[in-house]
Amino acid sequence: MSILRHSISRGMIYLILMAGSVGMLLPLVWMTSSAFKPLHEVMRIPPTWIPEEPTLDNFRAVFAQFPFGRYFLNSLITSSLITLSVVITSAMAGYALARFHFPGRDFLFVLILSSLMVPFQTRMIPLYQLAIRFHLQDTLLGVMFPWLVDAFGIFLMRQFMMTIPADLVDAARIDGASELRIFWTIMLPLVRPAIAALAIFTFLGSWEEFLWPLIITSSDVSRTIPVGLQFFSEQYGTNVHWQMAGALIAALPMLVVFFVLQRQIIEGIALTGMKG
Amino acid sequence: MSSVLSQEAYGRMKTLHLNRRVRMWLWAYGFMAPSLILFVLIVLYPSIEALRLSLYRWSLFGSKEFVGLLNYQRMLRDPLFWQSIRVTLIWTIGVVPCVMVLGLATALALNQPWLMGRGVFRTIYFVPVMTSIVASAFVWRWLFEPTFGVVNWILRQIGVADPPGWLASTTWALPALMIAGIWKQVGYAMVLFLAGLQTIPRELKEAAEIDGASPWRTFWHVTLPLLNPTVVFVAVILVINAFRVFSIPYVMTSGGFTYLTPGGPLHSTRVFVLHIYDLAWKQFDFGYGAANAIVLLLMIMTVTLIQLRILQRPFEY
Repeated sequence: MSILRHSISRGMIYLILMAGSVGMLLPLVWMTSSAFKPLHEVMRIPPTWIPEEPTLDNFRAVFAQFPFGRYFLNSLITSSLITLSVVITSAMAGYALARFHFPGRDFLFVLILSSLMVPFQTRMIPLYQLAIRFHLQDTLLGVMFPWLVDAFGIFLMRQFMMTIPADLVDAARIDGASELRIFWTIMLPLVRPAIAALAIFTFLGSWEEFLWPLIITSSDVSRTIPVGLQFFSEQYGTNVHWQMAGALIAALPMLVVFFVLQRQIIEGIALTGMKG
Repeated sequence: MSSVLSQEAYGRMKTLHLNRRVRMWLWAYGFMAPSLILFVLIVLYPSIEALRLSLYRWSLFGSKEFVGLLNYQRMLRDPLFWQSIRVTLIWTIGVVPCVMVLGLATALALNQPWLMGRGVFRTIYFVPVMTSIVASAFVWRWLFEPTFGVVNWILRQIGVADPPGWLASTTWALPALMIAGIWKQVGYAMVLFLAGLQTIPRELKEAAEIDGASPWRTFWHVTLPLLNPTVVFVAVILVINAFRVFSIPYVMTSGGFTYLTPGGPLHSTRVFVLHIYDLAWKQFDFGYGAANAIVLLLMIMTVTLIQLRILQRPFEY
């Protein structure tokens, strides 16, 4: 009796998990299938899940009207440089805060921690003012500059570097190693998992950023994929089949990254609590 | 003689030591410098400047006019301010508990030792988190299309004769956006809960089971109390995300067949950040926009301080 109840409840759990999976995947399946359908088939009721008249025309149309290569390049350049800057500045500042004694250290640390409470959305009007003063509207530097340093990254690096035994650094100092050498050859290799997590999340976060590029870009010179996709949709509002092809192209790079780095991403979220 | 010598030696040692200390300070400031310069420029200055701007009337192009607290007084009488606060609170109250419950339930199921295909389920539930937010919003916009959309097709299949007009309706537009928001975040909460559950020793649950506690009682009296720090942490992150939500409402309510305006129809989906964006970049009311942005800061600070009070430890990582 108890065994029967047991297996029924286990079966229920499988069933609920599978129903949930259908809900999670349905939007993506619909997007993918619509991207390969002509418009009249996208509109068909009941919907066809596997295209009956499969076509690649949507992709041809999208690539003809939508400088996807340019947006992709803009996203790649801005996200890579932001990641580089955040990793370097966070690791350096984290090292100073974790392993040096200097006047003002605790004040700086508290200041950086408190700034975590100030959301980007509160700073965005003054940041826009700065962008105008330095003529950064509609440039790649304009897209990047609000993100070049990350208080959370500094905090994260400091926390990880605190866990590295001080003896290790002191021993190297007695051996006469320079501070730069200690930082580069001892500290950095020891906190590699944290750096990897920080780099992955900074890159993904920059890749996905929508609000700031919406504010600062006004032409294809600087549009990144998310705003480029939105701009495209505003131009061709009713062409669902093209929109779905565009959405699929835009979603693909991050999904590929996810399947390649799945373990690091999921463990990284658990490790740092960061949002992908 | 010998005492003079040793004093000299002591003095030299002291100078050496001081030199070393100053040298270490310089190294430290050197390591801090790149971060500090950028931090002052893009975090500290804009935070203070936002507060200052909130006391001015400024249209970006003209000169700034000091108006004291007038922007804040105007807010109290501004129906759009209250509307956007209302929409944001509905979003928070609707989305956060749903994401928490669904995320925790999924994590509990995936944490069962007998479960097969754990990795596959985890990947599936996490895929929405990794799907481009603009692309997701596009798809949901069409899924909710009243006549040929999949959502209403399913509703008709299960016997709803007159399904809602979703994004075209002032009542149903916000729930439609919230469903998309929940879908996007469940996997994220699940991963955090799974990590939390793995820190709970299995022996504790086994002990409760041997004592004859039902799974339900074990959950309420053993698992949940031990998971408390994770629950608070996830709740705070989700509430802050809810206060700052922008992309899903903006994309889902703009473009498309009807050419809706973002935040529409009739401001029924005007979340707070969309309100700030609209004030500043559509109406060029930058001073008033800054004052609204300060209110957002106060909302987020309140939640963060409550979290600190509950956990009594500054950070829980």
